[in-house]
Amino acid sequence: MPPGPFRAGFWRSPLRGPWFTAVLGAALLPGITLMFLTGLASYAAYNPNLAPGNDTTPDKGLLGSWLPTWPASPSWLYWVNQGVHVTLGLVLIPIVLAKLWSVLPKLFDWPPVRSVTHLVERVSLLLLVGGAVFELVTGVMNIQYFYAWPFSFYQAHYYGAWVFMSAFVVHVALRMRRMGTALRARSLRTELRTPLSATTPEEPDPDQLVSPDPAPPTISRRGALGMVTASSLALFGLSVGQTIGGPARSTALLAPRGQDLGEGPADFQVNKTAAAAGIGPVDDSWRLELTGSANLVAMSLSRAQLLALPQHTARLSIACVEGWSTGLQTWIGVRLADLAALAGAPPDARLFVESLQRGGGFGSATLSARQVAARDALLALRVNGADLTADHGFPARVVVPALPGVHNTKWVTRLTFLPASPPPP
Amino acid sequence: MGDPVDVPASFAATAVTRRWVPLLMLLASFVVAGYAGFRLLSGNPVGVGAWFVGSAVVHDLVLFPLYAAADAALVTLLRRRPALATVAGVPWLNHLRVPAVVCGLLLVVWSPLILRLSAPTYLDASGLSPQPFLARWLAVTAVVFAMSAVVLAVRVAKARYPMQRSAS
Repeated sequence: MPPGPFRAGFWRSPLRGPWFTAVLGAALLPGITLMFLTGLASYAAYNPNLAPGNDTTPDKGLLGSWLPTWPASPSWLYWVNQGVHVTLGLVLIPIVLAKLWSVLPKLFDWPPVRSVTHLVERVSLLLLVGGAVFELVTGVMNIQYFYAWPFSFYQAHYYGAWVFMSAFVVHVALRMRRMGTALRARSLRTELRTPLSATTPEEPDPDQLVSPDPAPPTISRRGALGMVTASSLALFGLSVGQTIGGPARSTALLAPRGQDLGEGPADFQVNKTAAAAGIGPVDDSWRLELTGSANLVAMSLSRAQLLALPQHTARLSIACVEGWSTGLQTWIGVRLADLAALAGAPPDARLFVESLQRGGGFGSATLSARQVAARDALLALRVNGADLTADHGFPARVVVPALPGVHNTKWVTRLTFLPASPPPP
Repeated sequence: MGDPVDVPASFAATAVTRRWVPLLMLLASFVVAGYAGFRLLSGNPVGVGAWFVGSAVVHDLVLFPLYAAADAALVTLLRRRPALATVAGVPWLNHLRVPAVVCGLLLVVWSPLILRLSAPTYLDASGLSPQPFLARWLAVTAVVFAMSAVVLAVRVAKARYPMQRSAS
């Protein structure tokens, strides 16, 4: 046997043991399940199966071709979904790290392969650990706009999640009973009352997580679990405000969107500035093109003409895939359903929205008939009692309830109503 | 990473199922992993592969040894110099460990913002200043360490004046 970490005696923490690992596992099981479900919902929210342009991973095949069309109500659906996905992901980081710490001696198992099953299980564990860290790293970097990787985030994070989950499901199936047994071996209540002076190693276990030569404890299990909890709470408390918005935003000291912008009508977060989107000043010559398939009426409308149409008011928060939201804002504009009627589009028509934006992602999006018909789905012209500003999409932008932020297209130049069923691939 | 592997109770009867059921479950999961992994790698096999395996390797073989060694050095020092390890009989090690772990983790998680690694893209996307995060992290760190120090001070006071504590 090689020396160092390959020898069991190298690992001397008196806290490692099946109970400690099982407590962390019991916290991760529901947490990771919720991460996967909200992640899947987040992908479905882009309506990838409605039009090819909506799909960031068009080669997904069986990994999402069955996802249903995303609804337009309740209006907070995407807001809550994404807030949970991103904030919970941050909260899980300390728990994942503690879990990895608790089983790290097993990485150095010697001999490295004992049987075919053992080899196969170790490969699966590489997918599990690599997948967990990969998903957390790409997610955390993406919400900070740190695109240091040589691949597409959407592709990597989505397919990476499936690789991880394939290993996660089988890991849970194979270890569930052992987790239950380990949890029953000690009482959590008792452990949380046990001080350092009374902390002793767990009973030797068949997995040899318990050190054969434990050092004297320097922290109790209560203290170690408390340290993990404190780390999770710090990550939670210093970022959740960017999701809630309003006065809570200023508490999100370390989150990307924790900077309060003030009280003015346009003082709320944007996902893309006009400057970054290559939008210069838009003057009175701007016209909204309203078109469709050959049998639909084609027309162009000035901003004044749009303002002369019936105006509808909607209180909506725009939520970003990155987990932050604008908080509720008061949008005023023409209902998309009214524009569809004006264009003579059938009630089941989808809507293709195009922006003046030059370059960058998400310059267009396709909305479902249900989204077009939603009561609060607008081509917004004003917000909070003032004209839209350049950064918020002047002269006109889309706002639709429960729609991912980037699909609420800004600087709209053309609306095209499309036949109901998508063209065959 | 160890064995023996658990088998659902309904299958537990024979040595054959005990051996083959886990293997078949693992192989079935590889089919899904392969289906997704092919798509994951298709954009840039080397790049994605390096980040996927690298994530685990950097944690297990770089990050872990670093924090474990730092902690071990501190623990060893305090064992050799027991007089340093306590204030009025109260050990202070965990009053350093806990805030260090909390603030270290905040630094690692938010390092792109704190160290301004993504300042141009952050500015383009948000229109917000990329400046404030370092100062905010330092302030949070100061507050967290101060909170830990206050808890230590309370414990020291309780140890020094046990009479007042029992009288209250």
